[in-house]
Amino acid sequence: MAVKGPAEVTPSSWPEGLTRVPYWAFQREDVYAQEQRLIFQGPSWSFLCLEGDIPNPGDWRTTFVGDAPVVVTRDADGAIHAFENRCAHRGSLICLDEKGRAAKGFSCVYHAWSYNLRGDLTGVAFQKGIKGKGGMSGDFRVSDHGPRKLRVETISGLVYGTFAAQTPALPDYLGPEISTRIERVFRGRKPVVLGRFTQALPNNWKLYVENVKDSYHASILHLFFTTFELNRLSQKGAIIVDESGAHHVSYSAIDRSATGNADYSAQKIRSDSDYKLADPSLLHGFEEYEDGVTLQILTVFPAMVVQQIQNAIAIRQVIPRGPEATDLNWIYLGFEDDTPEQRMMRLKQANLVGPAGYISMEDGCVGGFVQRGVAGAPDERSVIEMGGKTAEGSESRVTEASIRGFWKAWRAQMGI
Amino acid sequence: MTDLQDLCFAIAQAQAAQARCLDDDRLEDWPDFFAEDCLYRVTSAENMREGYEASLIFLNSKGMVRDRVSALRTANIYERQAYRHVLGQPSILSREGESVSTETSFMIARIMRDGKTDLFATGRYLDVWLRAGTGVTLVSRVVVCDSSRIDTLLALPL
Repeated sequence: MAVKGPAEVTPSSWPEGLTRVPYWAFQREDVYAQEQRLIFQGPSWSFLCLEGDIPNPGDWRTTFVGDAPVVVTRDADGAIHAFENRCAHRGSLICLDEKGRAAKGFSCVYHAWSYNLRGDLTGVAFQKGIKGKGGMSGDFRVSDHGPRKLRVETISGLVYGTFAAQTPALPDYLGPEISTRIERVFRGRKPVVLGRFTQALPNNWKLYVENVKDSYHASILHLFFTTFELNRLSQKGAIIVDESGAHHVSYSAIDRSATGNADYSAQKIRSDSDYKLADPSLLHGFEEYEDGVTLQILTVFPAMVVQQIQNAIAIRQVIPRGPEATDLNWIYLGFEDDTPEQRMMRLKQANLVGPAGYISMEDGCVGGFVQRGVAGAPDERSVIEMGGKTAEGSESRVTEASIRGFWKAWRAQMGI
Repeated sequence: MTDLQDLCFAIAQAQAAQARCLDDDRLEDWPDFFAEDCLYRVTSAENMREGYEASLIFLNSKGMVRDRVSALRTANIYERQAYRHVLGQPSILSREGESVSTETSFMIARIMRDGKTDLFATGRYLDVWLRAGTGVTLVSRVVVCDSSRIDTLLALPL
């Protein structure tokens, strides 16, 4: 792996404008470390879990903010808390499992330092020593120590956390347009987890986020999408990019009035084929939303996706695992009031998404194609100019505006 | 030979033939192992334990099994790769009339275009077979992977 680029990552080391991204941004250890500090543990909100994952007092679940392990809990009063999954003593994980119930709080397995459900250090084993010998120094106070705590807020049953005191309140961070588009998916219904899978991606986390924000590729790389008119760039739809550039929504509705596929045929794109299904029942989704939108992909900066592809609803949590590795956690959702037929449709349409998804399997490998493609070219730059040079929303989805928006927000938080 | 031995042999043969079919890249023949009214799904031990209904792959008709193959051949993009299945002995869980349930462990290596070979998946097949003449037909296969973690993507059926 060639790791070059500037000796120091500063504003002057970045190309001017939003249309060029140097490949060292996907390769360097120092950039990765800086992202953890300035973005993931900086003024941004990360998805932690669902409220329904910790329904009762004492329930806890482990998760990650960037690569930092985090515990989310519900206390006796029903309030949600989050704190680092790191013992204040010598750094061991406090919780070793994905989830559990701890009515009396936690105890580190290493030396039994104990914590309540709010993440406060409440006790140190043998603090006073044994028979007057040993023990902590006299001026040690448990109240001076503890894992770092996160602020927690929720929207539509999704729990978000932030390490930074200066992060704006969640509604302000998301803005009204993004908030409304999240609420649109849930519509006040109680989500039910239908499945959880992790896809280990062989690439930098930002290559996956770029891919999700890239409406230009959707109908070119993914044949399944296009042929069955789940998403064509010629459908009705739009891109929304919030003012900071950080978050985006891409949505489309089937436009029955649209005629002909001349635009696609003229481009000789692989995605215009005569591919037919023997059993097309998975395409016969039910009308879940009155607005007729059949696809809505929404990102919350830095690394979370809310997906509606017909009736396949999912959360995707993006977890960086080093400069060239990313975990993509899929949480497939249904809703408590689903009829058996609706539930069956969600199970069928889960074929579209996830690690084996007809329309998302390519997204699992294409980031790796880029990571390998740029291996010897840290100082070369990608060209992100489709749809202009700014990061504004548009009715056209033949655009890379939301990718430019991502880099705008990334640079602002990184100070580059 | 007892009736039970014949049955075990028929099931083991059918499983071995199916594994060879996938490993030899004869995907087009794979749907023929299934009954018309069938189920093939891929999930994980954790998802089973939690009672989660969704799958990585969920095919509940022979048509959908065929579609998986034609999508892999004509629609989906993935690097050239092959599997090598190693199967355990089928363990008969229950018999009811002509219907037999078995559990069979598997290990699958994935061999990529550049020769990189990894242990891609381990787990068990929970199968339901229907006796048909001297052989058996697969009515249902739930592939329970031991891990919920998939490297890069899951293209070829397990």
